Amino acid sequence: MNGYFAMATGLAERVDQIFVTFDHWAVTNTPEPLRWLVSILLIVVPILAVFPGLFALTTVLERKGLGRIQNRYGPNRVGPYGLLQPIADAVKSLTKEDVVPRTADGVVHYLAPLVIVSTAFLAYAVLPVGRNMIAVHLDAGLLFFFAIGSATELAVFMAGWSSRNKYSLLGAMRAIAQMISYEVPLILSSIAVIMIAGTLSPEKIVLEQAQYTGIFPHWYVFTPWGFAGFLLFMTAAAAETNRSPFDLPEGESEIIAGYFVEYSGFKFALFFLAEYLEIFAVSGLGITLFLGGWSAPLSFLAVIPSWIWFFAKLLVMIGVFIWVRGTMPRLRMDQLMNFAWKFMLPMALIDMVCAGVWRFLPGGALWVVLRWLICAAIIVVPYVALARGLEQGRKIEQRVYRYAEEG
Amino acid sequence: MLGEGIVKGLIETARNFVGSYVDKDRLVTVQYPEERNPLPEAARNFPFLLYDGDDPEAGLRCVSCHICEKECPPRCIHIEKSTDKKPDFVGKQQFYPKVFNIDVSVCMSCQICVEVCPFDAIRMDKEFELSTDDRFGGLLWTKKELAKPNEYYQKIHPMEAAETDARRAEELKQTQAKAAAAAAAAAAKAAEAAKAAEAAKAGNGAAGKEPSA
Repeated sequence: MNGYFAMATGLAERVDQIFVTFDHWAVTNTPEPLRWLVSILLIVVPILAVFPGLFALTTVLERKGLGRIQNRYGPNRVGPYGLLQPIADAVKSLTKEDVVPRTADGVVHYLAPLVIVSTAFLAYAVLPVGRNMIAVHLDAGLLFFFAIGSATELAVFMAGWSSRNKYSLLGAMRAIAQMISYEVPLILSSIAVIMIAGTLSPEKIVLEQAQYTGIFPHWYVFTPWGFAGFLLFMTAAAAETNRSPFDLPEGESEIIAGYFVEYSGFKFALFFLAEYLEIFAVSGLGITLFLGGWSAPLSFLAVIPSWIWFFAKLLVMIGVFIWVRGTMPRLRMDQLMNFAWKFMLPMALIDMVCAGVWRFLPGGALWVVLRWLICAAIIVVPYVALARGLEQGRKIEQRVYRYAEEG
Repeated sequence: MLGEGIVKGLIETARNFVGSYVDKDRLVTVQYPEERNPLPEAARNFPFLLYDGDDPEAGLRCVSCHICEKECPPRCIHIEKSTDKKPDFVGKQQFYPKVFNIDVSVCMSCQICVEVCPFDAIRMDKEFELSTDDRFGGLLWTKKELAKPNEYYQKIHPMEAAETDARRAEELKQTQAKAAAAAAAAAAKAAEAAKAAEAAKAGNGAAGKEPSA
């Protein structure tokens, strides 16, 4: 019995590490002068293949999901269940004419989609997609991620400014205002994790969470500060990636497509790709910080390879993003800003305080419950107070129209 | 409470999402090429020419009177009259169209040609899947493509067809009755004439006899 168990765990271990072992084998079996190239390619090519593939899958899943939410079928013509739709879309976008406005700044207009896609890809360098599966072992990985994340703003503004179109510029302005505003709560809510884990390395943060008490994991989302932090992080992430309900920069019904209104054909597809890559990356970071990264949700489920767990969690996150998009209408610009500065920012700061309290309260048997209660109160009381305060200013009443009358 | 409405909305959309898989009635989309809704009786698209019997040439109702051609607002009908005549359904000798073309890329489906036709020869079709890769020849329909049997008309517009058929049967009956009456009158006249002739003959005979006697 024990022998079988050992064999099973050994096998699971080998399947878990199959990509790492293959990588190692391939590098050691190439001649010395080419090793650097092979090792780089073996890291870059899978990232360049897997995540755009996931993008293709997500586009069709999103359209089908939104369709079902609206009691429609969604795409079901190309291939079985419409799953080959992305191929048709790709062919279409490749064969479209690439229109560049005559008054556009040619170089910047050309560079913007390239910059946005390359920065979106760079974020994956520090994302652990499985045990020992990370492109670059960076001690300050989180810092790198946020720095690269901010670089997309540059590309967005390049696109908006160089197009010389009012809608583009408006979209870009909105995007910059929104991204800068939401970057603050995004980073502040992840600081709580950094405080508890004591490291900026995504790998180590995951390792911290990949421990089990009994069968239950030590994911940060199962603590009061982690839960609040996770919600804050994902809300800010949705705004950061211009995702509905924070899709003001694109706002089809208001400013057509925002900053990429003057892009057509494959450049448009690149913007689309970059947007989804950012969503995956920031969801991946949310998983890494709060949902235990590649670790299994229950200790005995660890036989399933770690990379499957990561991608399963990622798909769930994508599903939630689609669900939220199908539910909520777009915010107005002032609502967006109010929400960022009057609610998200104070809550993120309170969350940091809560994480500090959690860290320094003693961990005895009695204190486990007490610590929980104290920290939950630290989150819930300000939440209710803030919600009340925000709602007080808003009185919903019927608008009285006054017409120009004589006398 | 902040967030309450969001949760409510999420539950609602989730109910719709799951419901669309469970309850088929929710999905109102008609999957067009495979499924299709029946067209209403009054649906119309482009005109066609009616013929009686089996032969589209012999049974064609059109007598080439050019009324529809003149009334057609976008002028999409082109008719060339024949030089000889053929009998129509009541047996009367009528011209027929040597050429009858409708350019459906010009036709605006107004049904005026149908309203003005005194011979019930042109009617509106329901066929709407007419795409072709030849935008000139493929959309210029000749007599051959336009001619369709009366049974087809009865199938696509049953109420209208019943009315037309009843009227035409009545007309045929009247014509036949008239013809019969005319024939009877002619026969009576002939008989009378014959009688008169006979009488005259008899008179003549007597008269002829008289001098000879």
